[in-house]
Amino acid sequence: MTSNPNSVHSNNSVNSVENAPLLEVRGLKMHFPIRRGFLQRTVGHVRAVDDVNFFIQPGETLALVGESGCGKTTTARCILRALDPTAGEVLFRTDDGRAVNLAAIPRKQLRPWRQHMQMIFQDPYASLNPRMTLADIVGEPLLVNGMRDRQARNDRVAELLRLVGLRPEYMQRYPHAFSGGQRQRIGVARALALNPSLVVADEAVSALDVSVQAQILNLLMELQERLGLTYLFVAHDLSVVKHISDRIAVMYVGKIVELAPTRRVFSVPKHPYTEALLSAVPIPNPRVHSQRILLEGDVADPSKPPPGCYFHPRCRYAVERCRIEPPPLVEVESGHYAACHRATELTLRGVMGRETGQN
Amino acid sequence: MEPILTVDNLKTYFFQSEGTVKAVDGASFEVYPGQTLGLVGESGCGKSITARSILRLVDKPGRIVDGSIQYYPANGGQALELTELPSDGATMREIRGKDIALIFQEPMTSFSAHYSVGNQIMEAIRIHDRGLSQQAARARAVDLLRKTGVPMAEQRLDMYSFQLSGGLRQRVMIAMALACTPRILIADEPTTALDVTTQAQILALLKDLQRSFGMAIILITHDMGVIAEMADEVAVMYLGRVVERGPVDQIFHAPRHPYTRALLRSIPSIDGEPRTKLPTIRGSIPHPYSRPQGCPFHPRCLERIAGVCDQHEPALARMADGQAVACFLHHREEIRQN
Amino acid sequence: MAQSVPAIPTDPDHLVEDIATDAEERVSVATQWQLMWWRFKQHRLGVFSGVVIVIFYLVVVFADLLAYVDPAQSEALRSLIAPQPIHWFDNGQFRPHVYALAGKRDPLTFKRVYEPDPERKIPITLFARGFEYKLLGMVPTDVHLIGLAGAPPEEGLYLLGTDLQGRDMWSRLMLGTRTSLTIGLLGVAISLFLGVLLGGLSGLYGGWVDTLIQRIIEITRSIPTIPLWMGLAAAVPNSWNVTQIYFSITIIISLIGWTELGRVVRGRFLSLREEDFVLAAELAGASQWRIIFRHMVPSFLSHIIAATTLALPAMIISETALSFLGLGLRPPAVSWGVLLQDAQNVQSLAISPWLLAAAIPVIIIILAFNFLGDGLRDAADPYGV
Repeated sequence: MTSNPNSVHSNNSVNSVENAPLLEVRGLKMHFPIRRGFLQRTVGHVRAVDDVNFFIQPGETLALVGESGCGKTTTARCILRALDPTAGEVLFRTDDGRAVNLAAIPRKQLRPWRQHMQMIFQDPYASLNPRMTLADIVGEPLLVNGMRDRQARNDRVAELLRLVGLRPEYMQRYPHAFSGGQRQRIGVARALALNPSLVVADEAVSALDVSVQAQILNLLMELQERLGLTYLFVAHDLSVVKHISDRIAVMYVGKIVELAPTRRVFSVPKHPYTEALLSAVPIPNPRVHSQRILLEGDVADPSKPPPGCYFHPRCRYAVERCRIEPPPLVEVESGHYAACHRATELTLRGVMGRETGQN
Repeated sequence: MEPILTVDNLKTYFFQSEGTVKAVDGASFEVYPGQTLGLVGESGCGKSITARSILRLVDKPGRIVDGSIQYYPANGGQALELTELPSDGATMREIRGKDIALIFQEPMTSFSAHYSVGNQIMEAIRIHDRGLSQQAARARAVDLLRKTGVPMAEQRLDMYSFQLSGGLRQRVMIAMALACTPRILIADEPTTALDVTTQAQILALLKDLQRSFGMAIILITHDMGVIAEMADEVAVMYLGRVVERGPVDQIFHAPRHPYTRALLRSIPSIDGEPRTKLPTIRGSIPHPYSRPQGCPFHPRCLERIAGVCDQHEPALARMADGQAVACFLHHREEIRQN
Repeated sequence: MAQSVPAIPTDPDHLVEDIATDAEERVSVATQWQLMWWRFKQHRLGVFSGVVIVIFYLVVVFADLLAYVDPAQSEALRSLIAPQPIHWFDNGQFRPHVYALAGKRDPLTFKRVYEPDPERKIPITLFARGFEYKLLGMVPTDVHLIGLAGAPPEEGLYLLGTDLQGRDMWSRLMLGTRTSLTIGLLGVAISLFLGVLLGGLSGLYGGWVDTLIQRIIEITRSIPTIPLWMGLAAAVPNSWNVTQIYFSITIIISLIGWTELGRVVRGRFLSLREEDFVLAAELAGASQWRIIFRHMVPSFLSHIIAATTLALPAMIISETALSFLGLGLRPPAVSWGVLLQDAQNVQSLAISPWLLAAAIPVIIIILAFNFLGDGLRDAADPYGV
């Protein structure tokens, strides 16, 4: 890959110039072997994450979007070291300014680093142990990181519950007493227990009902302001992503195809896949009829991706070059990266302001 | 236009040892030929059970306890009262599939893994058309797959459901539902398990098919975007009741029920400003065992009238412009009569 | 979009408020065991079976108290007495008694026949004295729950008749119950230990450990049971005493039983490893040890209990079958299988059907364990909807 998005982060409009990124991902790869037969021979690899580069500034929200199987969740799990990446660096900046490569630390020595990055899960039912009380669930990170005194722990749990809008009196209850939205708040409280600087939210609102989803999104934004959190927000719903993120990275078959500030992704997309993705989102307004770009066929198989640009078989702008040469992720405009040979010559349709004039 | 299906005050309860769940508690709407009725609501609002009640596919301990479902057959004969037919009787079996077909959210579980998809489509064709030869049925199946936009239909016919992608599986599911050219297609969250780009394909397909077959669609979803795009009429459900009903434009641009209004405002929109707070509906959907007394929405409603909304249940009343709403804010006369 | 919707007053404070009733509050703080118990209680047959099983195990504990004759004591003069009716009233007064029997030989068939003598009534009493034993294995005593007043029980009380050697069936059944039910329990305990250990290793470590253990399970399960038992039982030396044979038989039957439990445990570990809450604990920095014992084991403990309950009847049947075939316990040990061995020939069945008495508790306990297991299995996951 020829470009390095990290060399130009001073151009990023969101954050101050002197700030180094909190997290920097370089050349991240996660290839899962495909094993077949009695002897479990490796017959190929699923390139779930295939050379991913990005950075996140302190206090910002970066959204990782894409359709199922694009590798966004795998990327997030590699960063958290729930998975051990095949290759690449995950550089995390510590309080004293050093950058530590988390991808190179042996699993057993990860614990001191884990408390700096926590995760909010998609499924509010599966992510809380039904056999533990709130006090034990939210208190577990505290306990395993050395807060042995139960009273001190419960005080902290009460504080956390209040922070996420739950009554501390509920501490002795079990998760089954709560609704989906309330459970998600519990998940947020647990993630915040150790004062992490980076929170990875993996589809944190997609399992919730619309009316509850808005509550959780607001809560996340509020907490970010109050605690100065940095979010990596993994999601497939572009409308949700738009409400919470500062910058968006669009993934397709294990690669980032476009990375730009939110407003730019929505108004002037530079990758044909982003354009198609935006046009496909149904708009909750019967008076607006968007001109859909209907993609032909299915997403490429990450175990045998097509040559050249992975998107070219479905791309209506594809030329001969796209079939041969994989496009690198380059900075098309200041802070706006796209992996498309024709990024500068095409004028693609965004969604910002689409509605005005129709109403 | 004459309706093809009328559902009036439908009530389907589930009698469980822990208590009675009023899954559907007063649903009323009409379905017109060639039109799409959107049934929208959040989890537990009873939209799927309503669909299953129409097809008489409610399993024990569930039972239709009240209301009527009138179906008007194609030959212009007597309207059939579906709630009075035996759910396993010949008439009901004839109606299922041939007159009213159903497609589900998760196409994976709707297919058997032991038969090829072609086999299953052909079976569906021949259940209602017994005289058809094997070859003719196969030709019909290939034709259906082509119509639903399945590439390489001939080869795909001999594949098994797990060999197909999610989008293709949903297309095959639709092909199977269309096997007998039903007059009503009930689509229960047909695109929820799919990605947006695939969803766009399927929605476009459904519209095309509706145009060429002239069938009525009951589209069940929680996604207001999908409703805005597909529906002609909308029925908004909350805790088993239709709280508001009307033409799609009025529902989105002149909603009357506080729930509809709050729901519309709380949807994150792709047209909205980045990093803005969304208006929310406070609280959460109550557990089905502990339904609030009075209007089911009143504990979360900011416009509730104390002493009224928490005491009486508002009926779904039709307004002058054809919209119907179940809310005391809009028919105060009724309160006075109480 | 936002402009087209009429404004509604927004509620800035979206604290999740709800008022729980007392009943809901009780459910809210209920542990998994309480939830399981509430759920299990609704399974009537399961609860009833549980009571039956408790009664059977009370018999196990108090077998010698319930017996009234030394089960090994034989007497040719009392062979094959039919079960004897109890007369509850004497001249309108409640006074349970039996008639004394007079045995003599039928001059035509040369069979021994026993004739009750209504003139000689022997009253039945509670807490009578009989053979000596140690209550609960500790307290030496000779008190038995029932006995006869004024006569040694072996000379007059035959509740379930006697066998060919004149041994009292009731007393033998009591002690047989003890043997058969403890062998099942012990066998399951060994199976459980092996199953949890090997299944756990298999599920936790995966890789070649998993492959090896899975192959062992497959091989074990592919060996036909009866020939394997026959082979193993034949290898048990004849010179061993009752206790030694007892333990060797237990080990033989549990060698087969562990594979099923091993599979259950492995499957649970594999699926739990993928659970979000396990990943959450890992990301919080919890140790492997804590994840296993705080998160995984409590999650499948209830399933293991249910699986164990369902495995017990197989153990009991195995012992009974082995002993019946003469491969398991041998006299002088008493077990259900040994008792049924006496009922092997058709002739004895035709003349003295009471020898089959041991079949009844076998059927009852097997059904009871199955129903209890079903109930427990249904209640085992109170969180699944």
